[in-house]
Amino acid sequence: MNDSIELEIPPHAAFLDVVRTVIATTAGIDPLLPEQRVADLRLAVSEACANAIHAHQRVHCTDTVQVRCQVEDTRITVEIVDHGGGFDPDALAPLPAATDPARLQHERGLGIPLMRALTDELDIRPLDDGTLVSLVLHLPEVG
Amino acid sequence: MVDYARLAVVAVDVSERAGRTVVTVIGDVDLATAPDLRTRLADLAVRGPHLVVDLDGVDLLDSTGLGVLVGARRRARQAGGDLALVCSEGRLADLLAATDLDRVFTVHRSLAEALSGEPSANVRGLRGRGTQEP
Repeated sequence: MNDSIELEIPPHAAFLDVVRTVIATTAGIDPLLPEQRVADLRLAVSEACANAIHAHQRVHCTDTVQVRCQVEDTRITVEIVDHGGGFDPDALAPLPAATDPARLQHERGLGIPLMRALTDELDIRPLDDGTLVSLVLHLPEVG
Repeated sequence: MVDYARLAVVAVDVSERAGRTVVTVIGDVDLATAPDLRTRLADLAVRGPHLVVDLDGVDLLDSTGLGVLVGARRRARQAGGDLALVCSEGRLADLLAATDLDRVFTVHRSLAEALSGEPSANVRGLRGRGTQEP
């Protein structure tokens, strides 16, 4: 199988539900992925799109966010492209340890660890005007 | 002009039980719906700071939603109370473990347990350990 789906959404959080539905439907056909992994992909894509939307809103960019889903024999890849100015994931300060009282001051910064935990491969690449996030889940071998 | 913000809804039911404020959340908690939840929990944390947030009706909880819970717990503790979670489903427990928040929150397997006053049952790290409830 080799299928692809592309979406473009306005940079507004109300469209996250649409993206989740499309991705979960695509990943759940046949079914390609077990239910648990579909839920993982659904949340990981939602996280990446939320980051993209937040980035657009931060720089008042009204361009659309692109979401591309590619299904191949061994993997599902979802790419999220934003034009929100970009950031360096390696420059992010690590969160305090969970047992550190200072940890409770941090309401943000959980998205990337979550995406990393939910996917088999996560790549975050700076672009000229934004960021490309690539999420990969490996498909179970058939037979 | 479509008011996009009004398209996203998360249901929140609030009741007083056993000296705690029980907040039952139903729906997807994400960037769209988390602001509503943040406002509700901030208000409740000040008025009755012993909060129990029941997440069993939550289908999706993203990092924004997790951040809202962290902030609400901080406010509750500043007001002299605390915020505990009810999370009987393994998947949400996995999310809390993946972000180390299972070490921040008291997590109960059921609302009855949360209201019983017994020590919390930490349910972290369920995935891969074969301890998930049926």
